[in-house]
Parts: sequence; C-alpha cells; structure tokens
Amino acid sequence: MRAVITVLGCDRVGIIAGVTAVLAESGTNILDISQTLMGEIFTMIMMVDATVDCRELQEKLSAKGKELGVEIRLQREDIFQSMHRI
Amino acid sequence: MFNRNEIFETISMIEQENLDIRTITMGISLRDCASESSLNSRRRIYEKITRYAEKLVRTGEDIEREFGIPIINKRISVTPISMVAESSDELDYARFAETLDQAAKAVGVNFIGGFSALVHKGYTKGDRALVRALPEALANTERVCASVNVATTKAGINMDAVRDMGLTIREAARLTADRGAIACAKLVVFANVPEDNPFMAGAFHGVGEPECVINVGVSGPGVVANAVKRTKGADFGVVSEAIKKTAFKITRMGQLVAQEASQRLNVPFGIVDLSLAPTPAVGDSVAYILEAMGLEKCGGPGTTAALALLNDAVKKGGVMASSYVGGLSGAFIPVSEDAGMIAAVQCGALTLEKLEAMTCVCSVGLDMIAVPGDTSAATISAIIADEVAIGMVNQKTTAVRLIPAPGTVVGDVVEFGGLLGSGPVMKVNPFSAEEFIARGGRIPAPLHSLKN
Repeated sequence: MRAVITVLGCDRVGIIAGVTAVLAESGTNILDISQTLMGEIFTMIMMVDATVDCRELQEKLSAKGKELGVEIRLQREDIFQSMHRI
Repeated sequence: MFNRNEIFETISMIEQENLDIRTITMGISLRDCASESSLNSRRRIYEKITRYAEKLVRTGEDIEREFGIPIINKRISVTPISMVAESSDELDYARFAETLDQAAKAVGVNFIGGFSALVHKGYTKGDRALVRALPEALANTERVCASVNVATTKAGINMDAVRDMGLTIREAARLTADRGAIACAKLVVFANVPEDNPFMAGAFHGVGEPECVINVGVSGPGVVANAVKRTKGADFGVVSEAIKKTAFKITRMGQLVAQEASQRLNVPFGIVDLSLAPTPAVGDSVAYILEAMGLEKCGGPGTTAALALLNDAVKKGGVMASSYVGGLSGAFIPVSEDAGMIAAVQCGALTLEKLEAMTCVCSVGLDMIAVPGDTSAATISAIIADEVAIGMVNQKTTAVRLIPAPGTVVGDVVEFGGLLGSGPVMKVNPFSAEEFIARGGRIPAPLHSLKN
C-alpha cells in the first residue's frame, strides 16, 4: 500500500529520527521524502510503501506524534491521486 | 510524487474547510420481502437489511481512516414500503416502520429511508395505508425517514394527496410536540422524486434500481465558499471557473470513496450525488457562498442569480469527475441546517417567498423550515402545491419539509439537534387557501410533458 505521511508541528531535535524509526520497525519503505520549515513550523511529506496493516501503522505513528509534540497523518496515496491527477 | 501545495490543499480542505463525504447510502431492494403475512414480511425485511448492510458501517469507517476523509453518515434506503407491505394482511403500517428502525439500529446506521409512497397519479391500497400510518410511524421510530411523491411533470399534481399531506404534517407535529415536532423533519413531500438519491430524509430505493447498490453524496460548501472568496472583485466567469474546479476535486474524492466502498462491499456502484449539503457547523454553509459572491445577506436581491450560477457550476465541475452522476445533484438550502441561512432569516433578509424563488434554480425545495405552530393544514398543503408546481413545470425535483412545531410563533427557534440543526420559525402569508385545497382531484400535467 502506497501512502502519504505528513508531519506538522513545532521544530525540535529528533522528529525525522523518531518517525523513520517507527517506519523501519514496521518494515515500511520510504520512497520519497521532503522536509522544510515554514517559519517555526516543521513540515515533512513522505511517500511510503507500507507492508503492514494501515490501522496498525497509523496507531504507531500517532503515538510517536504525541511523544514528539507533532501531528502525524498517514493517508493512502489514492486520495491525492484522485484529487490532483486526471 | 505530489507537490507540497497539492498535499496541503487536500489536508486543509478536510481540516479547515469541512470537506467530507456526507453519506454512503446502501440501496436495498425489498421487493422479494412481500408476504401475505405481515409478520413474515417484516421478518424477511429485517433479515435482508441486516444481512446486506452488516458490514456497511465498518467498511465506511475503514475507508474514512485509510484515506483520511471524514464520512459523516452511513445510511440505507429501501424499496418504498407501500409496495412491499401492500400484499400483506397488516392494517397498521407503522409496524413496518418499527421493523425498519430495528434493522437500522442493528447495523448501526443513523437513518433508513424508504417509508415511502409514490402517489402522483393516485393511491393504491398500500399507498393509502402508508400515508395513514405516517404520523405514528415517524413519532414512534427514531431512524426511519419517509417521503411521498405527489407530483411529476408527466402526471401532474395529485391534489388529494397534497391535501392529505397538509393534515399528515400537522398530525406528525402534534404527536411529537414535546420534541420540536421532530417527526416532520423526517418527512419529505416531493415532485419528480429521484429514485437514487442518497440524501435523507428523501432517500428510497427506486423500482428501477438493482438488487443492492452503493450511492454516495459528497459535500463541501466550506471549500466552495473559500474558493469564491479568493475571487474577490473578479467577474462571474472567474467565479464560475473557481467553483467548477473545486467541485471537480470534491467529486473525484466522492467517486474514489464510492468505488472503494462498492468494491469492498461487493455491491455495484450506483451514482455520486453532486450536492452541496450544508451543516450547522460554522463555515459549512451554502448561504455563505452566496454572500462571498458579494451579497450583503443571503435572501437579498441577487440571491436567486447567485444561486443559479452556483448550482450550474457545481454540476459542470462535478459531472466530469464521476462516471455516474445522479440523485438530487445541486445546492441544498435547508434553513435549519445552514448557519448562514439561519442568520439571514433572523435578520429579516430571507423570507419563505424568497426561498420559494430560490428553489426554481437549485435543488431541492422548501427544506427544513419551521413555521408557526398554528399554521393550518390547508396553508401547509397550499405551500406544498406551490412548490411541487415549480417542480412539475420546470421538470425538476422539488420538495417540501415544513415543521409546524406546536406552540411556536414567529421569532422562536425550534431545536432538532445534530445534523438537523435548529430552525427559526418563519412568517407564513396569512391569507387562506382553504377553498382551493378543498377542491381535490388532479392538476393536469403541463403541455410540455407531451414529448413523444
């Protein structure tokens, strides 16, 4: 399952490390990654190929998000595909 | 890979502009549930609905989570009960409504539509029994929605049924006087009713529909309002383009959800209904879209033209985004469910007569309008007659959902709760239509119905 992960929140040390650790543990391959600061706000977009159950990964990521004080979303790629590509 | 703006545009539509899939509605045919015995028939109905819709709610929730798009309602529509119950020995059709209510509760859907009758040319035995049972059925059930089609462009208007619906609405209000006449909020009177509408309270599973089908209703007034705001000062060509682009994106999402639900439930995909359905949430209002076009208040001069443009642009944008479009498809203007409409009524900008004019250019009609508790049955019937005449002559769907909450007067607010919102009681023209409604019979179909 290809999915888009978005991370939003205050910048701090260890956000990328924290998120990628969760992905590595669950055997999720990162296909693309882009990160930038919009003012003080940390934003990261990742395209991943997940092999585990969507719900399980979402739960793990959202727990990690709470720990890091950032908001992490995982959505299947199809929603962006259908909205922005013909 | 998508670019950053595309990703954040989608997320902000959902998070800040209330974009959602308003409903996934499973249509289920109950034609094979008829029986001479009421008990057998009701048993078959319960068994069939709970079997077909067993996974509906869970599937909806799974899609919602995986795609990150809220799906507000999961609902069921069934074959008009007047047809299913007709061959049974049952005298009180309210018992069929109770069965539908139980089935809806068992599978966890919040509304089930189809306690309905199509009487545009006259009543059958079953139609009559259903209409008779309406007030009690709606008062005694929580999730059952009812509709009666009293007119079509082809058949004209059944004025006997129009008269009966005035009395029925009054009685339904009386039976639920202690609950803001909530029974009336679950009853729609139609002209040219569509058979594949996924939206409540008017949904039912038409006789030309397959055994089981998935229809999806999209929404997103907030997204459209923001798109219109960004065109400030530009001409209407620009406004129309902005709405079309937004409607296209919203509908693509609806199409995706519809296909996914259809595949997971192994039920054919029917249609996507391209309607802008407001909710009482701030920012999720059709009235605000019209105001974003430059009107001081919804209901003021210019409102009908603004709504005509909106309705047309939504269809033009949406129709290319879905393989099958149907249902009501247009902008809804239910007063109690739209914060901007409520505010417009309360400041005197929006009247019942203006709403009637607005229904000429949009779906669906005089929807969720609280009127004074002492509004006579004849006046309610006459308002219905006016509204269905607009539908009949203009070859479009129109509907009436009026709530004469007992004891209320102009200026009061009737609370319905949840998605149904709260309705300010609107002024009704005081002149009588008593003799007009007493005539009965049928108003003949218009000349342009003779197309063959």
